[in-house]
Amino acid sequence: MKPEVLQARLERLLPKVQRPARYTGGELNQMVKDWDRVDVKVALVFPDVYDLGMSNLGIAVLYDAINRRDDALAERVFAPWVDMEALMRREGLPLYSLETKHPVRDFDIVGFSLPYETLYTNTLNLLDLAGIPLFSADRTAEHPLVIAGGHATFNPEPVAPFIDAFVIGEGEEVIHEIIEAYKAWKAAGTSREDLLLRLSQIWGVYVPSLYQDHYDNEGVFAGLSKRVPEAPLPIFKRLVPKLPPPPTKIIVPFIDTVHNRFPVEIMRGCTRGCRFCHAGMVVRPVRERTVEEIVEAIEEGLRYTGFEEIGLLSLSSSDYTHILPLVREVVRRFADRKVTISLPSLRIETFSVELMEALERTRRRGFTLAPEAATERMRNIINKPVSTAQLLETAREIYRRGWTTIKLYFMIGHPRETLDDVKAIADLSKAVLREGRKVLGKRARVHAGVSTFVPKPHTPFQWVPADTVTTIRAKQALLKQEMRGPGLKLNLNDPRETMLEAWLSRGDRRMAQVVYRAWQLGAKFDAWHDQLRYEAWLQAFREVGLSPWFYVHRERLLDEPFPWDHIHIGVTRQYLTQDYLWSQEGKTRIDCRQRCFACGILPNYAALRYLTPGDVWKCPEVKRLPRRSVVSLTQVALVQE
Amino acid sequence: MTSRYRLTFAKTEPMRYTGHLDVQRAWERTFRRAALPVKYSEGFTPRPRFHLAAALPLGCTSRYELADVWLERPLPVEEVEARLREVLPPGLVLRKVEAVPEKAPALQNLVVASEYEARFLEPVPDLEARVARFLSQKQMLRERRGKTYDLRPLVEALEVRRGPDGEPRLWMRLTARPGATGRPDEVLDALGIPWEIARVERVALLLGEG
Repeated sequence: MKPEVLQARLERLLPKVQRPARYTGGELNQMVKDWDRVDVKVALVFPDVYDLGMSNLGIAVLYDAINRRDDALAERVFAPWVDMEALMRREGLPLYSLETKHPVRDFDIVGFSLPYETLYTNTLNLLDLAGIPLFSADRTAEHPLVIAGGHATFNPEPVAPFIDAFVIGEGEEVIHEIIEAYKAWKAAGTSREDLLLRLSQIWGVYVPSLYQDHYDNEGVFAGLSKRVPEAPLPIFKRLVPKLPPPPTKIIVPFIDTVHNRFPVEIMRGCTRGCRFCHAGMVVRPVRERTVEEIVEAIEEGLRYTGFEEIGLLSLSSSDYTHILPLVREVVRRFADRKVTISLPSLRIETFSVELMEALERTRRRGFTLAPEAATERMRNIINKPVSTAQLLETAREIYRRGWTTIKLYFMIGHPRETLDDVKAIADLSKAVLREGRKVLGKRARVHAGVSTFVPKPHTPFQWVPADTVTTIRAKQALLKQEMRGPGLKLNLNDPRETMLEAWLSRGDRRMAQVVYRAWQLGAKFDAWHDQLRYEAWLQAFREVGLSPWFYVHRERLLDEPFPWDHIHIGVTRQYLTQDYLWSQEGKTRIDCRQRCFACGILPNYAALRYLTPGDVWKCPEVKRLPRRSVVSLTQVALVQE
Repeated sequence: MTSRYRLTFAKTEPMRYTGHLDVQRAWERTFRRAALPVKYSEGFTPRPRFHLAAALPLGCTSRYELADVWLERPLPVEEVEARLREVLPPGLVLRKVEAVPEKAPALQNLVVASEYEARFLEPVPDLEARVARFLSQKQMLRERRGKTYDLRPLVEALEVRRGPDGEPRLWMRLTARPGATGRPDEVLDALGIPWEIARVERVALLLGEG
């Protein structure tokens, strides 16, 4: 379908749907290039609605990186909400890009951003809406290359049959190599198989069709083997040695979105080593931007966008080396422009209160703390060793400085958790509230958000079983009973959502059939509470002949192969195993900025560290050129050219 | 010198589906890009002193919108206008900027009526007859958001005109006072014309004495 035709037909549909501006494009700072004058056209897809997708930093970064090239363009694609999808299907309108209204099918490369697992059915739905065959094996040279990346793809197997190639790790550099490989392949005029083989040779790219999955007699995953000798095994994640300058010409949406703000990543990775935390393990090493670079980016970003909010993003803001100078400088430069500055993920210490006080000078909304567990025993198991006394002292300071609400984030379902640990969540919340009462009287509030732990791949807890729905419900019932009273609010997750997240996180390649069947049965927008079709998922498991419980409720032997073992995050299995065993003894690790625990990043990426000396990485320096390094010097040199 | 300014602007196609509050925010961001500090209200939750004259129904464009804005310090009108022009987003076209006396009445209280023009993506059978029938009614009770109201007195004028393309257009003047605002979508619906085949533009805002 020609863009003009699509546009004309779209005009008739838009007045009938909710929030039509989701579907028009045309915002400030959107990049529109001449379709006929670039070699490689990339559709960047966030498989959920515009309002969420526009808040995804990964899409913004890649959009900027690709559109800086003269020979390529990138356009945005989001999932139409159910009302729009129904109209599009009825009218035979294909999925299209916002910038030029080209059908997604007409792009060369379609790249999905998959930061979390509950986007999988939407991915299938969008491929279907685009008229692209769902299974990689059914695609021909006529179809776009379908790639995917994002945190969920560190276990790519549950969607492996649908994706031609995965980017494992950070995309800023590898996207250019993919575009180059695509151009070279087009010039060579060879088969689609040849394209996939070429892609598989790029550091950080995983082409699932080049591997075969194996299972033992009991149906337990037994490993993955190469189908062709050239296929790398394991596949090492990609990482950028130094964070490139952040994008500043961010698109300014016409309508409100989830995070309607100018985002700037101040640091990538985290050195704390919380054992449940997927990001903390897969995003190593820690790399920081300088204060000057961040402040310059904000200056430029505000000039381009005029946003009223700045988000200083990282996994653990307080750990940024120069956090106080950064906050002071940001306030000095930007506070009188009436912008608010958000600084998420602060540590539980009074210093955080001082930081927030500098930022929120007028309006004090809620202050968020994430103890994750309520007893010191439990916090030692998960390696978030904060003492209860320190937490209460921090809370006291927060209330004293004028915040009336403290939000506390906890998880239930941690390994070796007892009902006493669960009840302690209520006790601790009340203790925090008591601190507030002392200062503010009845105005003090505590909001406790309690989610449920999912044992994630590539973490020290990957061996741990997830709680069953029955257990979760019992723990939640206990919380509801204990957390009553004025000033207290409790938020719980639906255990069925937790189950879905667990299946999709831990699945092997057979799970793809379940995803496919669940989608056929109507599952989509699984991340939306009101859209979850739990029964459809259970039915899909039954029809495919797999047990959902087998995937998530079994404690794994230390040497059991995992379906994600072929993906190497740089951290070694040996390290994860040791950390798991330490957790069982309640043994903790300190911040690895203070002492290197040899997680594996340094030996595996030694050449990269050697070539990136100084303060950029928070790992120790590598002074001499290492003999063994997974990422070779030639690869690194090519990148740095 | 005053630090209150009145903007006359058009809201064009790219912003057709941008609602009232989001248009306001688009202007606030435009002022920030222009490095023109908007004055904020006093109080616990300070709000920028930027006020649009009258809300525009979602899906309409407008040739004629008005807004009043207070800046933190007085600046020559020409400078305000020039700096805004450089950083306008798609969908906002600035027609002019005027200085307004500080104590002038609030813009929202001045508006008495809006004029709209609808063109149609496909022919509307018996358009003239529909209009005639509508105008012959004394009363037109309708329900909106669970409340019954009479649309007829809110329609001050309604006629079929020829556009420059020779095609018929529907022109209307609707009352726009606090608590008595006619909506063009309601008029089209009362005429039995589907909203999605109409392209509605506000062509004028009528101001009274205040």
